[in-house]
Amino acid sequence: MSDIPLLKVHDVSKFYGNRIGCRDVSFELWPGEVLAIVGESGSGKTTLLNCLSTRLLPSTGSVEYHMRDGSYRDLYRMNEAERRFLMRTDWGFVHQNPADGLRMTVSAGANVGERLMAIGNRHYGKIRASAIDWLERVEIDADRIDDQPRAFSGGMRQRLQIARNLVTGPRLVFMDEPTGGLDVSVQARLLDLVRGLVNDLGLSAIIVTHDLAVARLLSHRMMVMKDGYVIEHGLTDRVLDDPREPYTQLLVSSILQV
Amino acid sequence: MPTPLVVSEVSKSFTMHLRDGIRLPVVSDVAFSVASGECVVLGGPSGIGKSSLLKMIYGNYAVDTGQILIRHDGRIVDLAATDPRTVLNVRRHTLGYVSQFLRTVPRVAAIDVVAEPLMARGEEAGTAREKAGALLARLNLPEALWQLPPATFSGGEQQRVNIARGFITEHTILLLDEPTASLDARNRAVVVSMIAEKKKAGVALLGIFHDEEVREAVADRILDVQQFSPRKITA
Repeated sequence: MSDIPLLKVHDVSKFYGNRIGCRDVSFELWPGEVLAIVGESGSGKTTLLNCLSTRLLPSTGSVEYHMRDGSYRDLYRMNEAERRFLMRTDWGFVHQNPADGLRMTVSAGANVGERLMAIGNRHYGKIRASAIDWLERVEIDADRIDDQPRAFSGGMRQRLQIARNLVTGPRLVFMDEPTGGLDVSVQARLLDLVRGLVNDLGLSAIIVTHDLAVARLLSHRMMVMKDGYVIEHGLTDRVLDDPREPYTQLLVSSILQV
Repeated sequence: MPTPLVVSEVSKSFTMHLRDGIRLPVVSDVAFSVASGECVVLGGPSGIGKSSLLKMIYGNYAVDTGQILIRHDGRIVDLAATDPRTVLNVRRHTLGYVSQFLRTVPRVAAIDVVAEPLMARGEEAGTAREKAGALLARLNLPEALWQLPPATFSGGEQQRVNIARGFITEHTILLLDEPTASLDARNRAVVVSMIAEKKKAGVALLGIFHDEEVREAVADRILDVQQFSPRKITA
């Protein structure tokens, strides 16, 4: 267990005019830790995720990242090229809609290989070999490597998006409702896959979800958001088994039992 | 060597915000300790707070006041006051828990469910699976089931997977929430002997056992939880 946080978030707020996107969010994320951000639609969880992943400029606050060279860098004091490089190599971002994270008109293999080429890999055979390896790890048959994601089902596309993100060996992956829009059997398979990969690779991840069962299965720690504020924060088991805040109690008591 | 588990002045209540904020007191002024090699059994009627107490010690329930002191990695950690990351680390290395029901993960084979806590401690996958298999065999779970996910197993089969998962590591504190509730006599006897071995190895055990025979066989001491309950019977 490393004693240095990977991400240090201080008082991040985002305003849309007078409206609050998210307000005064502070936390630290540790290596190997999976943090779930839960809350209903409009609670600010995606705004927060975008502020953390440099996709959206926060109105105030700072986000510091522990670089591979050991230094901390404020993400919003980096130049655009540095941020892009980080996004392409050390980070992954898994979108709810795979079409937002994939290039739909190039082959599955190229989708995975592209990120490798972006960090300087040039050997075609090696790129193809690691693309095949990653397709297999996400349970896509290697003989689909030359097909375009347009020809894939929703679940396969989502798995391909995950492979594309993980091929560069990132240390931090952001996920926005990664299982939203998938039917339950496909969801279970994806959850199991993500859980295994996170464990095996020792990834840190921040997962936005409105599905508390997904949060329970994948996350160590949980933040509950409402109206832009983090209203409850703690060990996932604790937040779900002994929710303290009225809104969290409402969320937990609204889960359907099967 | 300090005592592995000390619970001191712990109180807990639930505030039900969806029921006009009524407060349900669960326990107050809980104080006891469990020594190395000792098995303490929580006693008292249903609903008195036995399971809640285990969940507080494991960190699933927050406490209102008091300390839960755990000997972990050469120091004392107050689990009631520490951060989530430390709680998880204590669970990985020191504090084990066999819950009443197995929370199954879709698609993960029974043998991997059992091997997982060992692998989380850095054990190599092959060795971990070997140990998992040995435990499942000892608990008489048919080998044909090992590679299947436990979601479709019977209650007793799931419970044996759960027990194997809890007993596979060398955790120094083990919490047991009715691990024998849905087992037949033969498997109850296996669990009793597994608990005896843990005691011999110096593990501190705290458990709930409704089965009198098992309780007689494993308990060094019975702690009546009623004394901590606001619903104390005064008569």
